[in-house]
Amino acid sequence: MNFDFSSEDRMIQEQVRRFLSEQSPLSRHRSVMEGQSLQASEVWRGLADLGLQGTAIPEAYGGVGAGYLPLCLVAQELGGVLAAVPFSSSVYLATEAITCFGSTEQKERYLPKLASGEWVGTLAVSEGPQAPSPTNLTVTRSGNTVSGKKLVVPHGLVADFAIVLVASDAGTDLVLAGLEGVECSAVEIVDPTIAAATIDFAQTHCESLGEPGDGWAMLETVQHRAAVLYAFEQIGGAEQALNMAVAYAKERFAFGRPIGSFQSLKHMMADMYVALKLAESNAYYAAWALQNHASDLHLAAATARVSATQAFQLCARDNIQVHGGMGFTWAFDCHLFYRRSNYLALALGGLNEWENKLVDALPSAVA
Amino acid sequence: MDFTDTPAETEFRQTARAWIQDNAPTYLAAPLSGSGFGSTRTGDFDPIAEAKKWQKTKAEAGWACIQWPKEYGGRGATPIESVIWSQEEGVYSKLSGTFIIGQGMCAPTMMAYASEEAKLRYLPKLASGEEIWCQLFSEPHGGSDLAGLRTKAIKDGDTWVINGQKIWTSGAQHSDYGILITRTDPDVAKHRGLTMFFLDMKSEGVDIRPIKQANGDSGFNEVFFDNVRIPDAQRLGEVGDGWKVALTTLMNERLAIGGSIATGFPEIQALVSELVLASGPASGDQAVRSKLADWYAKSAGLKNTGARAISALSKGEIPGPENSIGKLVAGGMMQDIAKFAVDLQGLGGLVTDPAIARSQAQIQAMLMRSPAVRIEGGTDQILRNIIAERVLGLPEDMRADKGIAFSQIPTSQDAGAG
Repeated sequence: MNFDFSSEDRMIQEQVRRFLSEQSPLSRHRSVMEGQSLQASEVWRGLADLGLQGTAIPEAYGGVGAGYLPLCLVAQELGGVLAAVPFSSSVYLATEAITCFGSTEQKERYLPKLASGEWVGTLAVSEGPQAPSPTNLTVTRSGNTVSGKKLVVPHGLVADFAIVLVASDAGTDLVLAGLEGVECSAVEIVDPTIAAATIDFAQTHCESLGEPGDGWAMLETVQHRAAVLYAFEQIGGAEQALNMAVAYAKERFAFGRPIGSFQSLKHMMADMYVALKLAESNAYYAAWALQNHASDLHLAAATARVSATQAFQLCARDNIQVHGGMGFTWAFDCHLFYRRSNYLALALGGLNEWENKLVDALPSAVA
Repeated sequence: MDFTDTPAETEFRQTARAWIQDNAPTYLAAPLSGSGFGSTRTGDFDPIAEAKKWQKTKAEAGWACIQWPKEYGGRGATPIESVIWSQEEGVYSKLSGTFIIGQGMCAPTMMAYASEEAKLRYLPKLASGEEIWCQLFSEPHGGSDLAGLRTKAIKDGDTWVINGQKIWTSGAQHSDYGILITRTDPDVAKHRGLTMFFLDMKSEGVDIRPIKQANGDSGFNEVFFDNVRIPDAQRLGEVGDGWKVALTTLMNERLAIGGSIATGFPEIQALVSELVLASGPASGDQAVRSKLADWYAKSAGLKNTGARAISALSKGEIPGPENSIGKLVAGGMMQDIAKFAVDLQGLGGLVTDPAIARSQAQIQAMLMRSPAVRIEGGTDQILRNIIAERVLGLPEDMRADKGIAFSQIPTSQDAGAG
């Protein structure tokens, strides 16, 4: 037994941290937020130069084949700087879906280009204000074409292709569709740095991913695996939000003393730390479960997801509170974390949905 | 990273399991399963006698305090082996409650500060359960403000004369020995005038009075000292270094308590799986499911945090203040769980008779014991201060007792409040 990452994994993390601290400061995130560019494309290319998009992709398909443990730590670092790159959609979702369910021919066609960062993929699931379910999908497939509107496709504005959840004669399917020539329009969401799109498919050419009819089950598998990686992004964000709060509380004086010496604020930050620590430990276990195909992966992933969502939401929210009025200004960075925490909380379905998945995965009670 | 056993760990686990199967008091398994939350249920048998018997059996075969060096009654096992052992010991570990303070807190302090001779004399009997130890720290005027304690020790030749009062001393009524923190110099700042000793609890002038607690039990005691004499050879650490010695004890306390802490999760999960509400099975109720998920995530988080602490320990790192989160999370959670569990059962949920209530009234014991968990061994508030100041590095609160002699610190009498 050994419950920590190896020094090799930590070295990769350190390398990514150095790169991001130089190339992806919050000011870069802000320029994306304020519309100066769709994404931080030079950061995306820099990550590709380090081979990071292909961290877990097998060498046979152009990746590094280093597995999921280092990828988890990469996610944590990206989460900490709120990197404005399509890493989560392309690596945690699209790459995972193709790795798990693609045919050999599809893997050969897609994975090398995903590994090199030349292609960006995304997953198109959501269709509107209502959470998607196997029975309420309006985007449909007919033979080799897909039609209908997906609302809020993360990184849809910069993606080369999408894996689309559709209703079909077989029930639900996942299909691969190239986005060239497809109508993609920007949609404003709480976090403006994820290049969210409305995609209007109009008899767009598509091909099956996996077996028709298995769409919903495949989606669940992909989401559970991605949940582990998203959890590490959330932890990275939570950690930075807590660091910001602590740093501010040490330097800001009121009533003749640093505000961090007041117990009401100390206890708030202690609770942020506790939430973060629990989430981190659950994410560690889930990382191991993901890497080792553990039989309790679904439970571990749902647990990591619930804890990480709770931790980032709490830390981002109370970071603003510690900053007081300044924390509610556009100029301070607190809202960047608050925005991102809300995006990540919903990116794979909300907390309530994951609480249900967790309870479904619990082994029966020992009465 | 590897959450599975290595071949050597597998072998260790099998050896432990086989020994437990052959030697454990299986006749106690059923009543013990309803134990916890301040009560050790052993059916018709005496809990202390059964605890001592199991501890002795383990000690004779080298399965007591396995992480301790062999010469002190242990097995010289690794931290990981210790975790494996407690997983395998399972329900029978509930018999160990009587020894937790002695083995988990007094022993590490003795190992760090007692003479070799004293270690060889006392530790093996502590390991084997033949002698029970308690920890005499808190006082009526020194709980959260532990360093505000007033029990006096005055040097008289080769002995020290102790006068004063301790309170909340768990298990003092069953104890043979105790470690005791006293004030030896009231004219220096409060943390600097303290000295630690160990003493025979049967010494003349020691008066132990059990406290009847809010839950009706009497696990805690008041202990009065009236001219009790302690040989100087029983001093732990230097005169005036008592605070430093106490921190050793308290750090181990958080590890001892945090490592195997009860949260109430298995109990609420069991209840939910069998309860039927007006709306249908409790397990299908959305509000119930949401809480269950939250509590599971927290208890898994504690378990995995504990596992990380063990890994750090295995690599020779010292347990730090971050382990304070265990009791902080578990205490509040246990109280929430008990309240919710009782709610789900309606008025019948208030029945405390073990013969009538489900699972020998375990939930009800939890309800009535949980307030203490949030206070003992550091209140929720003190633990948050520790995390804020010692982990996050936030500045200390403004303190009225900073930098002045203990004897000059204002008290409630000065404020006319009695």
